[in-house]
Amino acid sequence: MIKQTEHNNEEILSLANNLRWDLGQNFHDQLMESIFANATTIAQRSVTTSKEKPLFSFDRALDRIVTSPVLGFPVMFIILAVVFWITVQGANIPSEFLASILINDIHPALKSFAGSIGTPLWLSGVLIDGAYLAMAWVVSVMLPPMAIFFPLFTLLEDFGYLPRVAFNMDNLYRRAGAHGKQALTMAMGFGCNAAGVVATRVIDSPRERLIAIITNNFSLCNGRWPTQILIATIFIGGVVPAQIAGLVSAAAVVGIAVLGIVFSLVVSFGLSKTMLKGEASTFSLELPPYRPPRILRTLYTSLIDRTIIVLWRAVVFAVPAGMVIWLVANISMGGESIAQIFINWVDPVAVIIGLNGVIILAYIIAIPANEIVIPTVLMLTVIVAGLTGVGSGSGVMFDAGSASATGTILTAGGWTLLTGINLMLFSLLHNPCSTTIYTIYKETKSVKWTLVSTFLPIVMGIVVCFFVTQIWRLFTGA
Amino acid sequence: MNTNKLDLNNCANCPVHNVGNLKKLGINMSDYDYVIALAGNPNTGKSTVFNNLTGLKQHTGNWPGKTVTRAEGGFEFNDSRFKIVDLPGTYSLLSSSTDEEVARDFILFGQPDVTVIVADATRLERNLNLVLQVLEITDRAILCLNLMDEARRNKIDIDVRTLSKDLGIPVIPTEARQNIGMQELLNSINEVASGKFICKPYRMKGKSKELNSAVGKLSQKIKREYPNIPNSNWVALRLLEGDQSIIDAVRTGELGNIKEVKRGITKEELQEEEAV
Repeated sequence: MIKQTEHNNEEILSLANNLRWDLGQNFHDQLMESIFANATTIAQRSVTTSKEKPLFSFDRALDRIVTSPVLGFPVMFIILAVVFWITVQGANIPSEFLASILINDIHPALKSFAGSIGTPLWLSGVLIDGAYLAMAWVVSVMLPPMAIFFPLFTLLEDFGYLPRVAFNMDNLYRRAGAHGKQALTMAMGFGCNAAGVVATRVIDSPRERLIAIITNNFSLCNGRWPTQILIATIFIGGVVPAQIAGLVSAAAVVGIAVLGIVFSLVVSFGLSKTMLKGEASTFSLELPPYRPPRILRTLYTSLIDRTIIVLWRAVVFAVPAGMVIWLVANISMGGESIAQIFINWVDPVAVIIGLNGVIILAYIIAIPANEIVIPTVLMLTVIVAGLTGVGSGSGVMFDAGSASATGTILTAGGWTLLTGINLMLFSLLHNPCSTTIYTIYKETKSVKWTLVSTFLPIVMGIVVCFFVTQIWRLFTGA
Repeated sequence: MNTNKLDLNNCANCPVHNVGNLKKLGINMSDYDYVIALAGNPNTGKSTVFNNLTGLKQHTGNWPGKTVTRAEGGFEFNDSRFKIVDLPGTYSLLSSSTDEEVARDFILFGQPDVTVIVADATRLERNLNLVLQVLEITDRAILCLNLMDEARRNKIDIDVRTLSKDLGIPVIPTEARQNIGMQELLNSINEVASGKFICKPYRMKGKSKELNSAVGKLSQKIKREYPNIPNSNWVALRLLEGDQSIIDAVRTGELGNIKEVKRGITKEELQEEEAV
């Protein structure tokens, strides 16, 4: 290895400086021009385009609709609503089917097997009533909606619709002082926030990149779609006539997703006016041609890439969480379980923001993964409501595979439409999951911005839920 | 309409067609004979080509900017082991956003044995801007003319042989989404990597005399200080343009070892590579 001396390096640089001086200002432009000119010459020699113009260009006609200033947004909402509607309608039956096998058949079998070989009660409690049931729950609640939602979403992506969403949104983001490409990373966040945070690398300016990272959490992710869909089905769909229930709940989920976009715009605007001041930089966004989606391949990859991976992650986190749930529900201090004590303690505060102690505890247990919030909420609700005949003891998750069964339990636990709405809002506005927080740290290398990204949404969630609750109570007198 | 469809079945008896010789290694590859870089404009199908060659299932999507980091995989073909690196899409090598830097630094300093430039056949002229810039850096390149089916649908006809002659590198028409043209691409990669095919890349015309002589002077000086570095002409050009990251690399002397830094490989791997 040759040792480089600083002296020689400086010599190179000073020579470069002198030469640059001689060349004059505009040689970069000249260079670019000569590249373009060369490209044009070569292309002209080998490319021939048919003289006859196609009578009808499908791409252009479609783009005129989906990126139109008037129709662009309504079309976007309708497409999203259709996707959710199919998901809501399609997921219920397979969910019930899975729950009946995993929970009604296999769970008692495991219990009686454990009993027959003399497993101590606490051990079979932790393993079967805690870990196994949490896993069974996650599979039966999450697998069907994911198996329907992800392929549909991937088909849209493969077809080329997502860049059109970005195209529609670009102007709004620029006006919020953020980079237009943030619309793309936001769309990426609809799949997974951690992926969305990594995707912000396409943004050159560090200021705008930070804004994109902090606000990515406002894109509902894989882990939170099922919560939204389930709660919307139970509480929003439950208050309207059955014929339109599916449609209304789908619209509610779209509403929350749109609200997330609104929040990301508002927060971007706020940040670019305060902590991260600056002007938006320009960029060009290329709209790729529409491509006929490869349906079979898309089904395959979205099942393997997304559904199975997300499900696996949920199961991995659900198993220890299930154990924790069983333990906090069964270890007693002074006659009351730890879970009960905690819930009673935070309940008064939680009620002010329209939630309850159960939801807060569930969120704390589910910090590693958003996916297991709903199973945890349900199980804890049973303990608090003291429902008998549903589960086979405290800390046992029960058969609530269908949305209506889940609804019965939640209503018995004192849930109202307001609780449902607030849970949907809080699920949109709370700290990112642990994976995303870690990714944010890796990307920003800054504890400060990691903390901002973590606590900003949770503070917002509390504030929003508080106001919604107070206003709701003002009007309903409840 | 179907006259220039790339129908592989007709050449099943041709030596070019050696389906059995491709072994997809995914990421389980300890050592390799050649390094292949996959470059190109955004959304031209680099990741699809990558998946076809490696058997990996990197998520693909119809939008520009999907790949922001490098993905690596490997395959074995004709008893040679290839490592293939999927780079983020970039329109040019002259700008400085993080994702474009990843691509630029790898082609510049990673010294891939073959750089496969994936181009969108429906937008050849614009894609050529990048091709020409890559050809300024490296001699060993292949143009993978992807999305030929779309070009056909848009009634665009490309004379592949003229293009190949003009550019001085192999040009392989493909339809990666349908897995068409991959055999020819593999074969071409193998030929260029092993030196069976010698590229005579097109050099840009119309650069001013002053620029050429300035680049020459500076490049000579760089070569004296850093005899190991490839593409001293390109580095000289970047210095003349005042590229801050290259200036910093020279000032700190990082330029000499930028290759191993940027690739983030261990010493052992480096030695292994040098042994090859």
